[in-house]
Amino acid sequence: MAAKKNNSTPEIVELTCIQCPIGCQLKVTVDGSDVSVTGNTCPRGEIYGKQEVTSPVRTVTSTVPVDNGIIARAPVRTAAPIPKQSIMDVMEAVHSLKLTAPVTLGEVLISNVAGTGSDLIATRDIPAAS
Amino acid sequence: MSANNLPIEKHELVIVGGGPAGLAAAASARESGVRDILIIERDSQPGGILNQCIHNGFGLHTFGEELTGPEYAARYIRRVQEENIPCRLGTIVTDISRDRRITCISREGVSLIDAGAVILAMGCRERPRGALSIPGYRPAGIYTAGTAQRLMNIEGKKIGKEVVILGSGDIGLIMARRMTLEGAHVSAVAELMSYSGGLKRNIVQCLQDYGIPLLLSHTVTNIHGRDHIEGVTIQEVDEHRSPIPGTEKYYPCDTLLLSCGLLPENELSRAAGITMNRVTGGPDVDESLSTDIPGVFACGNVLHVHDLVDYVSEEAARAGRSAARFLSSGQDLEKDTAAVVLKAEGGVRYTVPQYIHPSGMDDKLTVRFRVDNNYRDRYVSVYFGSERISRQKKRVLAPGEMEQVVLTKEKLLSYPDTKEITIKLED
Repeated sequence: MAAKKNNSTPEIVELTCIQCPIGCQLKVTVDGSDVSVTGNTCPRGEIYGKQEVTSPVRTVTSTVPVDNGIIARAPVRTAAPIPKQSIMDVMEAVHSLKLTAPVTLGEVLISNVAGTGSDLIATRDIPAAS
Repeated sequence: MSANNLPIEKHELVIVGGGPAGLAAAASARESGVRDILIIERDSQPGGILNQCIHNGFGLHTFGEELTGPEYAARYIRRVQEENIPCRLGTIVTDISRDRRITCISREGVSLIDAGAVILAMGCRERPRGALSIPGYRPAGIYTAGTAQRLMNIEGKKIGKEVVILGSGDIGLIMARRMTLEGAHVSAVAELMSYSGGLKRNIVQCLQDYGIPLLLSHTVTNIHGRDHIEGVTIQEVDEHRSPIPGTEKYYPCDTLLLSCGLLPENELSRAAGITMNRVTGGPDVDESLSTDIPGVFACGNVLHVHDLVDYVSEEAARAGRSAARFLSSGQDLEKDTAAVVLKAEGGVRYTVPQYIHPSGMDDKLTVRFRVDNNYRDRYVSVYFGSERISRQKKRVLAPGEMEQVVLTKEKLLSYPDTKEITIKLED
């Protein structure tokens, strides 16, 4: 993002740091390719602030229906955090899934889900009902 | 045979509850040499509440990675299975007597078990609508957040499309995101207090990420709709938590989720005659997590509500070791020394444990507590009698986060006349 320096006014983003319970109020200034963080009280805050503004990521978790399992839904997640702007694309892929038991914890259900580079995996063993 | 002709089973250790606390207690008791362990679980699967907590963020302390609830549970379920520790599912304990006779019910009927030691690991439940005194009808469409979570994530039921959430506890925040991702619209989270009791990361990643407003110092003052909920009135409250006239705002909704606190589930403990703590809602315990009935221990959310499951596992492991020690010695050896009472003062709401037998301590003892408000730049001070023996500066203290101090046996034994230990916040 924002790789080129331009002449527009720097953009300032305010964030709550979530790296620890202190919850510092960060001000991240984006001026072209220069990103600077103030308000942090430790180096983790600076890393978090920069990441949140330039390329925020999230782990997406959900459930999908399972036929013939001991329970009706299988929990799933992205194997790694994915770009925040892809969350709804991942959810669309999740909503198209329907599984049949048995399901195995860690099983890859969709590889490279929604082009994020991360797999969608099952997070629980679901044995067949009978 | 018992008086009513039921056969009586015997087990060395019976653990009531197969959630995170019960599973970790079982694994640790086995590690400490207990051969005959039985876990009793009322659900059809072990794992407890973790099974429905499909979000990530569990296990950072224990495993150094971020797992989902089911993945965290699976690690302990596997350990218990590898150790061949039986877990009796679909079975509810209805009574525990002072001499550790357990009555339980399953589809097969009533059974009686005499236990050498018992670990209470029943967890907690949510504060229901009936405990909140919200006026209005009692229509369908009102759920505690955890009930909605179970219906969605395990049973695959549809909940609703237009949602208001009362209370900003972590389950409420998690459900705000969950329902949004499933296509519902969450119009607001109303919180009576001027701060949220939920974790910061949940406020950021569950509300702010999706533009869901958090209305602090607001509450639901009316529920509209007779058969099914049609909307709620939300009102601002003053510093005494009284609704301010003229601030009423109507929010149409088909679903109201309640996330208004968790209550340790202690009907069995109370009926057994265990001394309970008014603040935690759990039993009073000593350094071994023993209740005042010999051989009956408590751990996890039945003892006090935790913020992180990692601390539940750690605490439960201690209960498992203590039960093993009780079983091998045949009695509480520690009880021959007078107990030192732990007092919570000056912003500290409670401590667990509530009392300590110094001779029964391990080299180090972690005392956990919660504070009653948000504080910045305070010291957590420990007094033996009237002498301050340590203080630790904390930049931030919040009611939602569990805190701890570590006491050493060496230090306590060097103050043999100590009758009281006080933990308090100081400027």
